[in-house]
Amino acid sequence: MSPTSSNSGQYETLFEQMLTIRLVEEKVAVIYHTDAVKSPVHLSIGQEAPSVAVCAALEKNDMVIGTYRGHALYLAREGDLDAMVAELYGKSEGCGRGKAGSMHLGDKSIGMPHTSAIVATGMPNAIGVAFAQKFKKENAITACFIGDGAVDEGAVSESMNFAGLKKLPLLIIVENNQFAIHSPISTRMPRPNFVERAAAFNVAGASVMDNDLDSMLSTSQAAIDHVRSGQGPFLLEIATYRWKEHVGPGDDWALGYRTKEDASPWFENDPLKLCGERIAADRRLALESKVKEQITRAFDRAEKGTFPDPAEMWDNVYA
Amino acid sequence: MPETRQLSYGEAIYEATLQEMERDPSVFVYGLGVDDPKGHYGTTKDFHERFGPDRCFDTPLSEDTMTGLGVGAALMGMRPIHVHQRMDFLLLCMNQLINMAAKYHYVSAGQWSVPMVVRASIGRSWGQGPQHSQALQSMFAHVPGLKVVAPTTPYDAKGCFIEAIRDNNPVIFIEHRLLYANKGHVPEESYTVPFGKARVLKEGDDVTLVATTHMVVEALRAREQLKTIGIDAEVIDLVSLSPIDTETVSKSVNKTDALVVVDNGWENCGISAEVIAKVAELNPTNFPKFARMGFAPVTCPTTKVLENEFYPNSTSIAQKVNRLLNEDQGNSWNPVPMKATEIEAFKGPF
Repeated sequence: MSPTSSNSGQYETLFEQMLTIRLVEEKVAVIYHTDAVKSPVHLSIGQEAPSVAVCAALEKNDMVIGTYRGHALYLAREGDLDAMVAELYGKSEGCGRGKAGSMHLGDKSIGMPHTSAIVATGMPNAIGVAFAQKFKKENAITACFIGDGAVDEGAVSESMNFAGLKKLPLLIIVENNQFAIHSPISTRMPRPNFVERAAAFNVAGASVMDNDLDSMLSTSQAAIDHVRSGQGPFLLEIATYRWKEHVGPGDDWALGYRTKEDASPWFENDPLKLCGERIAADRRLALESKVKEQITRAFDRAEKGTFPDPAEMWDNVYA
Repeated sequence: MPETRQLSYGEAIYEATLQEMERDPSVFVYGLGVDDPKGHYGTTKDFHERFGPDRCFDTPLSEDTMTGLGVGAALMGMRPIHVHQRMDFLLLCMNQLINMAAKYHYVSAGQWSVPMVVRASIGRSWGQGPQHSQALQSMFAHVPGLKVVAPTTPYDAKGCFIEAIRDNNPVIFIEHRLLYANKGHVPEESYTVPFGKARVLKEGDDVTLVATTHMVVEALRAREQLKTIGIDAEVIDLVSLSPIDTETVSKSVNKTDALVVVDNGWENCGISAEVIAKVAELNPTNFPKFARMGFAPVTCPTTKVLENEFYPNSTSIAQKVNRLLNEDQGNSWNPVPMKATEIEAFKGPF
């Protein structure tokens, strides 16, 4: 949804969204040791801003394709918080009735097919969704989020090729956090220029490398305008940083593939923190209070929720 | 009922597609070479002219991604038909077919579905060899969320294909290339053949002879050969592999007390194993004598003399049945071979 109020109103909305994501993720990390969440979690801490900035420029009938690190996108798209936490808890009140779990969040009412845990597999589906939007003349676009690791996969090149060929209404967002699990780009790519790769397929592109929310907002808007005007697909690279370990609730500085020194500029320029500093202090406190209450309620509801009946295992194998 | 309207298997698939594309604007056909002059055995021959390039289009050589395209379009309520000239090429599509298409409906607790058809041609002929003749139906039948059908007759080809298009699940539709020219009765009106129902093609009392796709043709020939030594075979065409109708097989076996399953695929972990296991489950105390046949457990060779050795044929099927029913006879019966015109006629290249 595009905020139509004044700038500070927009920042309040964005702050609230990023804060919701941050605090939910932090709470997941806190309770994870209790084994309430019996499945892997890929937390969005540090990567809130790309999802929030892109979704700020999307319309209600646009579609989004995410990844297994999809909590930020689900919430940025205004997915139901209670349904997300219930899903993590494996309860029937979850957005997949417990069958999906953290890696496969989604909700048809927000135009988000349940995400995939296999790197890059969402991208071919995104071109299909965009193809359908164009075919049906829906005047809508598809935003597909992938990581830098996914760009190694042939499916991403194949998808860009087809999207460029058919001028599909597709926005590709590469959340470049420099690593595929623990493998840095330097060990995977001889020439890591994503915008250049896109250009090879007639896909327009731009990069936002400064981790600045305003840059992300304005570049996302321009990219979405490009796609929506029928000029063809667009690849938007957004540099970001994963604060926690690849999977799980903890920090992994001890592994040594990254250092806290590398990370410190990302912590200092945290878009959430900087956004908070741009709104009035009393408004910020009010929003923090509101978000904390919503999160407490969501976890409380999840705790009290019901596991699906064992007979439900047999449901929905076939439509 | 007079059976006067004769169409070939290929024409039947063309007609099924045409009728559904006319009826439902969300149906589209795509894949390598669907709009080329050959139109894949004529099955897609003029859709691009009739319906335009949005509804019938060629694709880059990107089989996995193009499968994903179909999945995505299906998520949006369209009904894609993805055509592959060979089932061997589906191996490039496994990620999207098994990790994505088969999973969406379940993982989303029913919110999303993938009403997509994947057509693939299988089968021997003219030295297709190791990578151009594989029949991998059991790999797909193994996966919950996928449906797999392999009709043999033109009637079933049209009816199963319309059913596949209207089915809201991903359907793997398997066509044996030696069947494309076979003619049979095909009604002009639109009709469906439901999945999960086997056909008793010929009744008999002495043995239940189950087969799939082109092996049904061989089994019918074997039945003729067996008649000459007084063995009356009941021939069952499975048609649908997932869901699979083993109740019909079991009912037949209760009459004949002998079961031979001829798979159009490798024996090991094949459809024949599934049929026999399911029949055993349905008949735990009176399981019949049984045998199974399939491709030799080797890579398919190209040279004709070895290609002939690789595949069951009507003679080897008839001999197997005879040995099962008359254990003492060993290899002593050599039936007169039956002419396999569809095999002799096919000179490729497709």
